[in-house]
Amino acid sequence: MSTTTVAEPHAGHEEHHDLGFVRTYLFSTDHKMIARQFLFVSLFFLLVGGILAGMVRWQLGFPGQPMPFGNLLPDTMAPGGIILPEFYNSLVTMHATFMVFFALMPMLAGVFGNLLIPLQIGADDMAFPKLNMLSFWITPVAGAIMLASFFVEGGAAGAGWTSYAPLSTSGEWTGVYMGQILWLVSLIIVGFSSITGAVNYVSTVINMRAPGMTWFRIPLATWSLFITAWLLLLAVPILTGGLILLLFDQTIGTAFFRTAGSGEPLLWQHIFWFFGHPEVYILILPAMGMVSEVIACRSRKPIFGYHAMVLALAAIAFLGWIVWGHHMFQSGMNPMLGMTFMATTMVIAVPSAIKTFNWLGTLWKGDIHFDTPLLHGVSFVSLFIIGGLSGIFMAVAPVDIYFHDTYFIVAHLHYVLVGGSLFGLFCGITFWYPKMFGRMMHEGLGKIHWVLSFIFYNLTFFPMHNLGVQGMMRRIYDPNQYEFLQALQPMNTFISINMFIFASVQAIFVFNFLWSLKKGKEAGNNPWKSNTLEWTVPSPPPHGNFPQMPIVYRGPYEYSHPDAEEDYWPQDMPPVSDTGGQSVGAPTPETVPPESVLGD
Amino acid sequence: MNFSWLMPETVSTFGPAIDSLYYVILWITGIVFFATEITLVYFLVKYRHKEGRKAEYIVGNHKAEVIWTITPFVIVVGLALYSKGLWDEIRDPSLIPADAYTIDVIAKQFEWNATYPGPDGQLGTGDDFVARNALHIPVDQPIRVNLQAEDVIHSFFLPEFRVKQDAVPGMNTPVWFEATRTGEFTLACAELCGLGHYRMKGSITVHSQAEFDAWLAGQQANGEDDQ
Repeated sequence: MSTTTVAEPHAGHEEHHDLGFVRTYLFSTDHKMIARQFLFVSLFFLLVGGILAGMVRWQLGFPGQPMPFGNLLPDTMAPGGIILPEFYNSLVTMHATFMVFFALMPMLAGVFGNLLIPLQIGADDMAFPKLNMLSFWITPVAGAIMLASFFVEGGAAGAGWTSYAPLSTSGEWTGVYMGQILWLVSLIIVGFSSITGAVNYVSTVINMRAPGMTWFRIPLATWSLFITAWLLLLAVPILTGGLILLLFDQTIGTAFFRTAGSGEPLLWQHIFWFFGHPEVYILILPAMGMVSEVIACRSRKPIFGYHAMVLALAAIAFLGWIVWGHHMFQSGMNPMLGMTFMATTMVIAVPSAIKTFNWLGTLWKGDIHFDTPLLHGVSFVSLFIIGGLSGIFMAVAPVDIYFHDTYFIVAHLHYVLVGGSLFGLFCGITFWYPKMFGRMMHEGLGKIHWVLSFIFYNLTFFPMHNLGVQGMMRRIYDPNQYEFLQALQPMNTFISINMFIFASVQAIFVFNFLWSLKKGKEAGNNPWKSNTLEWTVPSPPPHGNFPQMPIVYRGPYEYSHPDAEEDYWPQDMPPVSDTGGQSVGAPTPETVPPESVLGD
Repeated sequence: MNFSWLMPETVSTFGPAIDSLYYVILWITGIVFFATEITLVYFLVKYRHKEGRKAEYIVGNHKAEVIWTITPFVIVVGLALYSKGLWDEIRDPSLIPADAYTIDVIAKQFEWNATYPGPDGQLGTGDDFVARNALHIPVDQPIRVNLQAEDVIHSFFLPEFRVKQDAVPGMNTPVWFEATRTGEFTLACAELCGLGHYRMKGSITVHSQAEFDAWLAGQQANGEDDQ
């Protein structure tokens, strides 16, 4: 306890110390500053993605009517404020692109990978701090290119975020020439952010753990980010390779995916989904890890089945590589592959179920503190259950025949990526905000934001299942073209209105976030009485993080341990027996002196 | 507004089998959904923080882990095996009825062109004729559609028939189905195929055999007039 609360006056450990403004705030190599940079940039892109979603919902809710402020858009997008079909295709494409590659990925891996990995394993920074800086700076550059593509002739890419070939191979099919090329270039560039980040995360976790931080004492948030880093390292280069081939098809006349010249359109889908399905787990595993942390801490109970939780993360990550074909049941792929991919996909339900039951087991007989992070965390669990279960409908190939490319899949993926990833991020941001900025977020505003978000989130996305059951296709500019979809217009309007409220409610979060930077209550080192190492240092932690190398004595979830004085037992607190104090009984694996993991 | 989870009407022979598989999944997932969500809320209420009560120190339970690993495994693998028969019936090319009436459908931006065999009953001969955006088929007769695309990927979606199959340029993908009643139904494109994707729609009209023969004869007569 003695070493952790007092910051040592080591020269060079003080933040801002002899580093100018540029090196502190812009070209910083400090993992915590890079995490904050990622946070602001990805929140900006979340806003961009949200505005694009709002325009999509305007067209579906109020088809053909002039959009509020729509007259600000050029006539090539929305003359008189009325969205054009080609602009609509760009909207759905760019909404998904921004959300997946520029909001969720940087927020999950970029923000929390950077913030948590070194702090939770007791390292002073990342293994390669300069590479880390590069990883960040690639993102806004790629994002700027992606944004710029809206303003080139022909507009932004409109072939869907999946960019199926041959539609995406030539402007002759879409009317989008430069926009599609910029889309490809931007994603090729941003891929390097993921790859360099992942190299750093993997190296740091393997090499820089503090003494005593054995593999099975690593907190689940870091475990999930470590496993995610492996997925990034192995999956993103596949996408990058595919994007480069598609760029060649676009620009220098190759025919990898074009039929003119005997290319193979389905090859693109295989490459895309071989990346794309691990990508889904890249977007959910870190949220699972963070939620595990928060549920254990706020229930004041050890995580139920820690080893099972780690193994389930690894199992999901492994199975994620052999299920991509379930995106292609209706693609014309050999139907005899259907059974294989159906079986592997279904098996993924098993580790997902293990995680869910272990979260429930953690809450069971706990002492649950209903703070904002906990509310977002259990919302994650409840919404992930829905998203997981709705996935089974599409995993069963004969039922997928009907549901493929309908609003049922739109509902499913938004339950996983908004209900799952985004609520997981709210959980993470509200929990670690004090560590990042030194102040607490306002609890009352946090709860209002949570309850309104939870209600209007569900009112927005749950009825999309029903649209799917009625057969409404996705990516349709005007469903009223179809007689059988005209009856669904009131539901589409209902969904849009709820989406607008859900989006507006986020202003409360933004206000709370900004207000608390200056006015929030001072957090202190450990406002949540948590066990993991990041809470043993000041908030925000100084440059170099730990005044001296922490020593880890036990696992991360020793809450309400009968031998501990309080209902938490920090990982670096020496066992009582060492100090000659009261007996703690027979030594347990938690109390034996730590084995060194350095020099392995 | 229609918040129903019931599937709309189906008019193909394997439609009811797909729908009942859907209902099986709906029941299983529905039960799991209510069981887990109710447990979650119950735990949240029951174990909320109260002064003086401490959480119990429980690190896990091996038996529980085994149970909730094996149970979902058995259910999902069982569901996959149970679904295999239906998938093969619909998609195994060797199980497509040999006596199916065959039509070529070629998709292109943004229309469906159906090529019918002329009086000789053979596709690919001079007397073939093309119907645009309007398929006509006889009732109670297996239909085989050879699906192709000229430009980009489209998806041949007959919601009432529970049929969906991508049409991929460079491929010839067989689809088969059999209508169980007459009427006019929807043909939609379900794969984003460009700016006119949303209006790439057609119809499929199911006739009685006699009506269908009359329609065929009318089309063939038109075709001869054109030449």
